[in-house]
Amino acid sequence: MYKILRKAELNPTVTLMDIEAPHVARKAEPGQFIILRVDENGERIPLTIADYDREKGVVTIIYQIVGATTAKLNHKEAGDYIQDFVGPLGTPSHLEGLKKVAVVGGGVGCAIAYPVAKKLHSMGCEVHTIVGFRSKDIVILEDEFKAVSDKMIMMTDDGTYGVKGLVTQGLEELILAGEKYDEVIAIGPVIMMKFVCQVTKKYDIKTVISMNPIMIDGTGMCGGCRLTVGGETKFACVDGPEFDGHQVDFAEAMSRGAMYKPFEKERYDETCNLFKKEVQ
Amino acid sequence: MANMSLVKNKMPEQDPNVRNKNFNEVALGYTAEQAVDEAQRCLHCKKKPCVQGCPVNIKIPEFIAKVAEGDFEGAYQVINEDSSLPAVCGRVCPQESQCEKYCVRGVKGEPVAIGRLERFVADYHNANCSEAPAKPEQNGHKVAIVGAGPAGLTCAGDLAKMGYAVTIYEALHLAGGVLVYGIPEFRLPKAIVQKEVDTLKELGVKVETNMVVGRSISVDELMEEEGFEAVFIGSGAGLPSFMKIPGENLKAVYSANEFLTRVNLMKAYKDGSDTPVMHAKRVAVVGGGNVAMDAARSAKRLGAEEVYIVYRRSEAELPARAEEVEHAKEEGIIFKLLTAPTEIIGNDEGFVAGMNCIQMELGEPDASGRRRPVKIDGSDFKLDVDCVIMAIGTSPNPLIRNTTKGLETNRHGCIVTNGDDGLTSREGVYAGGDAVTGAATVILAMGAGKSAAAAIDQYIKGKK
Repeated sequence: MYKILRKAELNPTVTLMDIEAPHVARKAEPGQFIILRVDENGERIPLTIADYDREKGVVTIIYQIVGATTAKLNHKEAGDYIQDFVGPLGTPSHLEGLKKVAVVGGGVGCAIAYPVAKKLHSMGCEVHTIVGFRSKDIVILEDEFKAVSDKMIMMTDDGTYGVKGLVTQGLEELILAGEKYDEVIAIGPVIMMKFVCQVTKKYDIKTVISMNPIMIDGTGMCGGCRLTVGGETKFACVDGPEFDGHQVDFAEAMSRGAMYKPFEKERYDETCNLFKKEVQ
Repeated sequence: MANMSLVKNKMPEQDPNVRNKNFNEVALGYTAEQAVDEAQRCLHCKKKPCVQGCPVNIKIPEFIAKVAEGDFEGAYQVINEDSSLPAVCGRVCPQESQCEKYCVRGVKGEPVAIGRLERFVADYHNANCSEAPAKPEQNGHKVAIVGAGPAGLTCAGDLAKMGYAVTIYEALHLAGGVLVYGIPEFRLPKAIVQKEVDTLKELGVKVETNMVVGRSISVDELMEEEGFEAVFIGSGAGLPSFMKIPGENLKAVYSANEFLTRVNLMKAYKDGSDTPVMHAKRVAVVGGGNVAMDAARSAKRLGAEEVYIVYRRSEAELPARAEEVEHAKEEGIIFKLLTAPTEIIGNDEGFVAGMNCIQMELGEPDASGRRRPVKIDGSDFKLDVDCVIMAIGTSPNPLIRNTTKGLETNRHGCIVTNGDDGLTSREGVYAGGDAVTGAATVILAMGAGKSAAAAIDQYIKGKK
């Protein structure tokens, strides 16, 4: 069992938790993820490591409430325990040798982009961040990004905060203004990463994205998370989750990600009803 | 008085048309009377060929004599000297090619039902003896085991009995390896595996779950920082193979590992489980081994109307145990033999809508001695299915070999060991089971765990 040390709501649907997990904290690197199981009947879900403190043995996760498991997780409070927490999993980000990078984060994906930006900054790399949200009330990690960015652009779809528009516009404007990046790192919804890749392809800038397919074990034993990258089948849990965005078959990845949609919806409704009953 | 019946006592089973709709155990086990009666078929011959047929050399005639006397707990103690997992082995060992193959009674008639008797004795013990085993005296040495499958559990059990402080590191949230994620509940109830793991814990074995060796901790760290004097790698062969045919990444194409993990480990067949699995109507399972049979029988139990085993050779070459094939047929699984898939077809939403296949005929024997399947031109046809499960084999996961310096592996990714004792190219590091042989059987993994435990004991004692 793994203790929840801290819980903080970052916005109405996105929550941060600090979990006591010394073995994971000791080895965690940016780009890696954990798999957790909330309780006995729980499923295993992957979440990227948002931060870690090796000395205190603490791992930070940030999740958006999108279904039954994240709803159940969100019903836990500081001091409660979760059943299983395993990691670090996946291949760490390859950040060595980068001098100037644009980090693009979308929505809750910013939680995953942040540790990458932080690490790049600590390595002395020039970091530009373009973070995008639907509107002002769901902005997360603004101060954290500011602290590790040489240039930061805040964008909202509806223009309620920062610049109005999508992250692709923000990125393209920087490129057109003459910024030369060694690499673009984009993390967010698959559709956003796909469009970022379309932009960077035009300017021939290497682009790394973090994929989030369905996973079970996260150790390479089932292939549930397989993707086509450069025409070859790869297991995101061991070969990734980061890949060259210009090589990824996005259509296939989006299709596979929707495999259990009806089940997920049903389970989410059941869980919400259960919690409602508890309240009554 | 010997029982001279030429046939084994039958073991009661659930009716095929009832059991193919539930996940309860198929075989129900002997009653005490049936066990005593079967035990009396043993002739107690001098040469005891059955014992040599057992990979862990259980004293078979000795335990059977106790059963014949009605001393079931005494029989358990005899088995326990050589095997740590009798309730598992009595169920999943291919006895027809091991102990029972060599039984003298099998020369004329059927061999003594050694497996069924072992199972009876273990179940009797588990149901009637709540007393914890006496903790062995500690010898002050520490050994780490990587992987809580049959090889690791056996190695841990033997070392604990010799007085070692043993810690098992397991990547999943439950110990058991293939016994919990692979072999279905209806062949091996998970409560039985849990009971055997609990018994090991009572012996003092520590089990650290959620620890992925190669990520959470490395073999080198276990030895250099955690103070383990020896490490046994029993990490299995869990990396699934795919056929590399078009359409393999469509939705509802599973590796058998994924399908079985969802069903067995995550209990997706139960209403209360949060883990989803496809409840398909027509399922093709590609492959002919025990894993294929397990996947097919599980799919049937999830409500599939038609389940096909698609295998490129003929019935005679099916690698699965005869008993499993028989059970699958009784439950209504349809065998498409001499058939090979060429492409999986998808619908507009990206789900499986069928599988194109081609008929095969058997040609000349290949390097493995089996007749090679050859395509029959123009025999293409479409199998109408909405789910495909690939059960064409697995190989060792690369995680450990990629993160352990100086660990020699062969071109199949299997760890290279020095003969029987399981010593790898690294001093103090031993390996056994599927991690060394590639996908094989539960009992061979147990045998390897047992030999390695003896070798580790010699190695550590020799250092002093």
